Amino acid sequence: MSDVPVPLTPTIRPATPADLDAIIALDQEMTGMSKPDYWRGVFDRFGNGSEGCILVASDGDRFVGFIVGEVRAWEFGSPPCGWVFALGVPQDVRLRGVGSLLFDGLCERFRQAGVKTIRTMLARDALLIMSFFRSQGMVGGPFIQLEKELAG
Amino acid sequence: MNLQMATRHALFAILELAAQPDRQVAAAEIAEKYGISLNHLSKVLRTLGRLGLVEAVRGVGGGYRFVGNARRVTLLDIIGAFETVGTPAASHREPGDDTAEGRALRSVMEEIDILTRATLSSITVETMLKMIRRSQWNAPPAA
Repeated sequence: MSDVPVPLTPTIRPATPADLDAIIALDQEMTGMSKPDYWRGVFDRFGNGSEGCILVASDGDRFVGFIVGEVRAWEFGSPPCGWVFALGVPQDVRLRGVGSLLFDGLCERFRQAGVKTIRTMLARDALLIMSFFRSQGMVGGPFIQLEKELAG
Repeated sequence: MNLQMATRHALFAILELAAQPDRQVAAAEIAEKYGISLNHLSKVLRTLGRLGLVEAVRGVGGGYRFVGNARRVTLLDIIGAFETVGTPAASHREPGDDTAEGRALRSVMEEIDILTRATLSSITVETMLKMIRRSQWNAPPAA
């Protein structure tokens, strides 16, 4: 039989400026790229909760994850919906329910904002995170992303 | 995308067994539920056994049980054991492939294949079980 990891029950709360370094470090660990200016910009836009939402997970004193989302309306003709555009959980605590709690927390924020759909976009080879979102009940939506390489 | 019969049998068997991890389920019970041939299902279960996904428990009350990791085994893992997913590899040439039309057609088919594989490899057995439970909750009550 498979071993089932023991679930963690971290506190889920809005991010504060003190969380920014941990978010930057975790993103660098996951993507292999350091993007401090980008994350400071995200925090400036979303950290006060006016445009979007950054939630973090803390297990005691330890930072164990973050999620970033935003309600967007009428882009691509879509009625208002909640977008998840970043999620991170340290590798050593994955499969212990932290991502699910962060996702649930963001869904609740979106519900309070009056939206009924949550949406994300992923690299098609990012199978781990795609599996996670599918495990949360997400399925292929009504939009298809298209692109073209620009010559010159 | 249409699945071959053996593939559908394999998926039904895995989902049935994984939904009842504490129980051995007889092949006949699975065959009856899905209205499929016990003979065909038995062959499929042997293949799944060789893959290390199910285990046969012999004796009174015996049957099969799922021994894979439901959070890791994906639809592509199961389907890929019984049939080729998507168009043949690029090394497999067909008449017309070297024409501009053939290359354009192949490009479209490869785009579809990539999406198919990404979809199938991102859906685990556990996610399927969740989808099934949601479907059962949402089903209208029997008349």
